[in-house]
Amino acid sequence: MVKVTDMTDMTGGDAVILDPQVLLDTLGVAMATGGEFAEVFVEDRRSISALLDDRRIEELTSGRDRGAGIRVVVGETTGFAHTADLSPAGLRAAATAASAAARSGGSGVRVVALDSMSGPASAVVEILPSDVPKARKVALLERADDAARSRDGAITQVTARYADSQRRIQIANSDGLLTGDRQIRTLFSVSCVASGDSGLQTGRESVGHTIGFELFDRVDVEELAGRAAGRALTKLGAVPAPSGEMPVVVGPGGGGVLFHEACGHGLEADLIAKAASVFAGRRGEVVAAPMVSLVDDGTMVGEWGRYAIDDEGRPAQHNVLIRDGVLTDFMWDRLRARKEGRESSGNGRRQSYRHLPMVRMTNTYLEAGDDDPAEILAGTERGVYVAQLGGGQVNTATGDFVFGMTEAYLIEDGRLTAPIRDGNLIGNGPAALLDIDAIAGDFAMGSPGTCGKDGQGVPVGDGTPTLRVARLTVGGTAA
Amino acid sequence: MSEFLEIAERIVGWADSGEQVEAVVVHERETEVRAYEGEVESLTVAESSGVGIRVIRDGRQGFAYAGTLDPDALVEVMREARDNLGFATPDEHCSLAEPDGVAPVGMDLYREALLDLPIDAKVQMALDLERITRSSDSRISGVESAEYSDSVSFSAVATTTGIRSISSETGCFLSAYALAEQDGETQTGFGFSLGRQPGDLDVEAAAADAAERSTRMLGAVKPPSGRMTVVFDPWVSAQFLGIVGGTLSGEAVQKGRSLFADRLGEDVASSILTLVDDPTDPAAYTATETDGEGLATRRNVLLADGRLERFVHNSETARRAGTTSTGSAVRGYSSTPGVGVRAVAVVPGVRSPTDLISGIRDGLLVQGVSGLHSGVNTVSGDFSTGAEGLRIRDGELAEPVREFTVASTIQKMLTDVTAIGDDLQWLPMRAAGVTLVIGELTVSGV
Repeated sequence: MVKVTDMTDMTGGDAVILDPQVLLDTLGVAMATGGEFAEVFVEDRRSISALLDDRRIEELTSGRDRGAGIRVVVGETTGFAHTADLSPAGLRAAATAASAAARSGGSGVRVVALDSMSGPASAVVEILPSDVPKARKVALLERADDAARSRDGAITQVTARYADSQRRIQIANSDGLLTGDRQIRTLFSVSCVASGDSGLQTGRESVGHTIGFELFDRVDVEELAGRAAGRALTKLGAVPAPSGEMPVVVGPGGGGVLFHEACGHGLEADLIAKAASVFAGRRGEVVAAPMVSLVDDGTMVGEWGRYAIDDEGRPAQHNVLIRDGVLTDFMWDRLRARKEGRESSGNGRRQSYRHLPMVRMTNTYLEAGDDDPAEILAGTERGVYVAQLGGGQVNTATGDFVFGMTEAYLIEDGRLTAPIRDGNLIGNGPAALLDIDAIAGDFAMGSPGTCGKDGQGVPVGDGTPTLRVARLTVGGTAA
Repeated sequence: MSEFLEIAERIVGWADSGEQVEAVVVHERETEVRAYEGEVESLTVAESSGVGIRVIRDGRQGFAYAGTLDPDALVEVMREARDNLGFATPDEHCSLAEPDGVAPVGMDLYREALLDLPIDAKVQMALDLERITRSSDSRISGVESAEYSDSVSFSAVATTTGIRSISSETGCFLSAYALAEQDGETQTGFGFSLGRQPGDLDVEAAAADAAERSTRMLGAVKPPSGRMTVVFDPWVSAQFLGIVGGTLSGEAVQKGRSLFADRLGEDVASSILTLVDDPTDPAAYTATETDGEGLATRRNVLLADGRLERFVHNSETARRAGTTSTGSAVRGYSSTPGVGVRAVAVVPGVRSPTDLISGIRDGLLVQGVSGLHSGVNTVSGDFSTGAEGLRIRDGELAEPVREFTVASTIQKMLTDVTAIGDDLQWLPMRAAGVTLVIGELTVSGV
């Protein structure tokens, strides 16, 4: 019988899901026919989400996902199997499958001893979401709905979502590592539709942190809803976005997606190793304007991409990627780091136990500069000001990237004028980094995001101060 | 397979009087092989299961799910779903689907041949794909990913209203992502092949597509900005048609989030455009016999000669609209039924893509788009996406172009469709692709 320890009353520390002896036995099966490395990743995730739409609480959903992913590395090959069956028999079957998949090569059977690591403590949470009555969560939605609709009669639809999750992970590997983490996330979002003579428009706001229900002591859902409504209302008067190359000013907190796409993905070591990134082989070179310093930091307390350890058991770190325009390092997971004979940078992440880990960002941000945001604007004769970005995409091999604007304005004679309709901007990462010609001191973190790569989504954060790119292509329809 | 329906029926048997209960049980087996530089990079073998339970009482719905069929978990999921309904707002239309007498169309979507394929053969296909892609052109500098994947999936739905449905499907997929290099510049291109059983897969074709799409982008420049005729290749048109199909969901219409909400019966597209959602077409990779509520899927004509014919519904949106479900409930085990299209296709034309292009003096062929999630607003209709492709000059494909956007509104683009190719192709998405000529889009480049 597997010992499953319920840790819901814990406020921090390691997360024990399975007994270490069971993990040890499973590793033994995984390595029984040889191999360089084996790992058991155990996950137990509980989530609650509540949805208000069309003035009704449509549903409250409870979710539970629990299972283990086992990988075995033999030579260049990784064998992987996962199972939702955490009994010794279920784990043994998965370990055997992973081992077979890795094509048992060598004959040396390794004996593993697990060394319970006192890694960084899990984030401290003041109010565990699981301790909060469901009714209180639902009540937040109704307050947001009322606030958005009372903003203006033109708000014709409101969707509000509350979600929290508790993810406990436990990792044991053939290097003797035994560690765990408990990750709590709480999220709230509001989307509004405004209706006017120009048709329908949308506005969205979201807030998410790796904290508990105390989020709502800090965030006023009415205010958040009001901002989402305001964004939709503003766009009712929006003009078509311009078309062509021009200066683009991105507001504080708004520009993280730009860096996530323009260079973040291109600095992931798995893509570097396959020469599928324009930044391959460029460490030590100038890749950006001299005032650009870019950091990926999984330790930022409370931020959406924060964790104590990554999904390979490595503690999160503060990794400087670009310092004063010079490319200092890439981001690494265990597999890539091992090939280079170095340590992982704590960027090995996976969506769930059903996925293999790979190199992923955490909280990626541009450090504040010295410029004055008002002067940046005043010094821009004609261009676009993007107050909120709406996601993006990059081809790391060519460096071409796009990102969407969901709140943006024309800049004419150094002043913000008409709001513009939604659209994408396109640029090339290496060129855009060099074209940054102003960075202000008004740093802010942006909205919580989900980063997709190879079909896996993981929570990420980002942040920037106000900045200007001298030249990007705005993809609108206006002449 | 029947074991999954038995689990669903057992859950339904737990209903108290006055309760409606629906259980969805899914089970999937997957294999994924990735090859890199002549070696197996990773091999994944996996089995996963899940259950979703809806309980409705007095017009209130509660839902819960778990990624396991463990008996203890089923009890917990049932308890949670029942508890959750107490927080929902009562709604007269909130009810489970009822059998509607429409029989599922048998399509032979489950092929034993896939189950019989040994793992070594799967590994070999991935290795072959990587090798052939790499050696197909001297300018191919690498293959970022070459992958074989397959799945065998079962799903069962049972309800207290008498729904009993089971479906089983097999699918397999090859994809290669090639890197081409010349003069220090790298370009990318992908190729794929898909089917229900191994014999459907064509390794050479997938490799050739990846090589062709990447090498022909070498030397690409940024095009000038302006309005011009744009040709979408099937890969690109399918993505747009899937989005158009999404705007025709009954739920989006009822909640005031569809740009076509009050346009039923009106001409909303070019008169050459007839758009059908038909999950009963076995050629569609997304074909399925039953929908997310266990009702039979069916053929739904969305646009006929440019006129908006219908929205798609699940049983709840149908009830709200005073009509019947179109068998369009979409869901996984971890969500309640939404509404959506599954297999959208344009009725193809009679001219080949080459023939269509020969009539264009100055235009662009778009072979890839990016940022659809950030650049398309399905409520306002605004769209703007990153793109790459080839210039069309005097009826011929000319130099490659990249780092530009194409933009319009969904409304305008539909009326601007001036020609449709004869090259209908089913793709691994909710729509089929076909070469589409759009008379005018705004291109933003230099």
